[in-house]
Amino acid sequence: MTPQIAVFLVLAAVAVAGAVSLILQHHPIHSALSLIVVMVSIACLYLLQGAEFVAAVQIIVYGGAIMVLFIFVIMLLNAGEEERENLSRLAKFVGVPVGIVFLCESAYWIGHATSQMSQASAESVSTHDLSTLLFREYTFPFELTSFLILIALLGAMVLAKREDTE
Amino acid sequence: MNEFAANHPLLVVALPKIVIVLFVLLTALAYLTWFERKVVAHIQSRWGPYRVGPHGLLQPLADGVKFLFKEDPTPAGADKFVYFLAPFLSLALACTSIAVIPFGPKEFSIFGQSTSLSITNLNIGLLVLFAITSMGVYGVALAGWSSNSKYSLLGGLRSSAQMVSYELSLTMSVVGVILMAGTFNLSDIVKLQQGYHWGIVPRWNVIAAPLPQILGFFLFFTSAIAETNRSPFDLAEAEQELVGGFHTEYSSFKFAMFFMAEYSAMITVSCLATILFFGGWLSPLPDSWVWTHYIPAAAFGLAGLALVIHGVRYLTFFGRIVLPGAGVALCALAFLCTRPGIPELVQGPFWFLMKVAVFIFIYVWLRGTLPRYRYDQLMGFGWKILLPLSILNVVITSLAIVLTQR
Repeated sequence: MTPQIAVFLVLAAVAVAGAVSLILQHHPIHSALSLIVVMVSIACLYLLQGAEFVAAVQIIVYGGAIMVLFIFVIMLLNAGEEERENLSRLAKFVGVPVGIVFLCESAYWIGHATSQMSQASAESVSTHDLSTLLFREYTFPFELTSFLILIALLGAMVLAKREDTE
Repeated sequence: MNEFAANHPLLVVALPKIVIVLFVLLTALAYLTWFERKVVAHIQSRWGPYRVGPHGLLQPLADGVKFLFKEDPTPAGADKFVYFLAPFLSLALACTSIAVIPFGPKEFSIFGQSTSLSITNLNIGLLVLFAITSMGVYGVALAGWSSNSKYSLLGGLRSSAQMVSYELSLTMSVVGVILMAGTFNLSDIVKLQQGYHWGIVPRWNVIAAPLPQILGFFLFFTSAIAETNRSPFDLAEAEQELVGGFHTEYSSFKFAMFFMAEYSAMITVSCLATILFFGGWLSPLPDSWVWTHYIPAAAFGLAGLALVIHGVRYLTFFGRIVLPGAGVALCALAFLCTRPGIPELVQGPFWFLMKVAVFIFIYVWLRGTLPRYRYDQLMGFGWKILLPLSILNVVITSLAIVLTQR
């Protein structure tokens, strides 16, 4: 049990606990906070793999911007605590068993696949290498993605615009 | 002992550094409140705290005791978990950001483990600082929401919207420096500012080739003041405007935590401004002038003497003991700084702390001088003026770099 594996297990446990708490919480703000915990632990997992730039950007973008947006929306729409409903019969007799079977199956196949993978290299990817890739080999998808974000922004503005009352 | 140090580097090297830096930071926070009250008072032609201890120096202690003993009510209907989480999150994030700041150049060794004068030396130090800044919005937003009060909610929303908007120009204004340095590592950014133009003028980023980052510095400092919710951008938390903004319903120690988080962010931003634009721990006078190595000693000696001379004729008996005592301690420190081997060690942190003190003074000066921005003016300023200017800064810096490298 090397330190890396121990840290990985701790971070993975935190991420899974955050994800489970996200589903089980009554109040949307608590779910949003759990999602922030998941995002930060995923960033730490990236850091463990040596992707330092991606880890920092994950926290800045996901943790610092996207989740802030979620929390704003929940606060402004005053989403209240949900009332606990019992599981419907469909969920109880079909949903939960199928979910468990699916979970076991994916665990088996992931375990089967990773046992045949070679050890990943432990060197960290510098920002320099990442930006060289991004701006030389993948320039076209990069520019297209920024175009896509621009279209989304314009679409949001058009949809949210108040109509003139005449 | 050396083998123990080699086997447990975390315990022997990191832990003492963390303890020392945290201790110094928390003391500095407390005395920053004293400093601010004194400076704002003198700007307003009055004295500020004067009676609690000599020259009001025990005022932070009195404030701390007050905060601890005040009643700590939780508002009815408040979401308890989030209500308790928000100030803790604010303070934890603000204190964590000190971990990546380098205070000096020297590598010194503790029990055989060589280490530098910063808690960590990350290759993405600057990005980590921005990550922590962007997470800092949560403390404000969650505090405003969880207090179950309309003033808090409005103040929290306004504050967090302001912080998110000014984060953009904050990070963009620094891109010029990153382009010129080519790295996110804060120690390397400082090291690349070594050297002097024509032997005398230091090569700090604010006056460096290929493009002096003056615009970048002003954009950075302005965005930072707005980001830390300080005057003149403090509409969301000023008493005259929104009762108290997001920290209306907080009292006693939780309010103190918000307070400390704000001042800690102020200190971090001042440290960042010196590192990125003003050469960090580099001396403004050329290193070849050896007499400059004794400037710290001279400064401490003069301050000590002034304290002694002023203190022996102070009003109260307690002051007549404490002030000259502090003066003597400073003189002893000055003497220590003249011993061989010490001046090189003290140089870096001394200049760094002097520059940080200048920026903190500017922060407090602005608070005492400028009137507040209205919220819509504030947001318009951030989005319509600062952000385009910071993008322009990136463009002309890139142009300058490309043109001078051909």
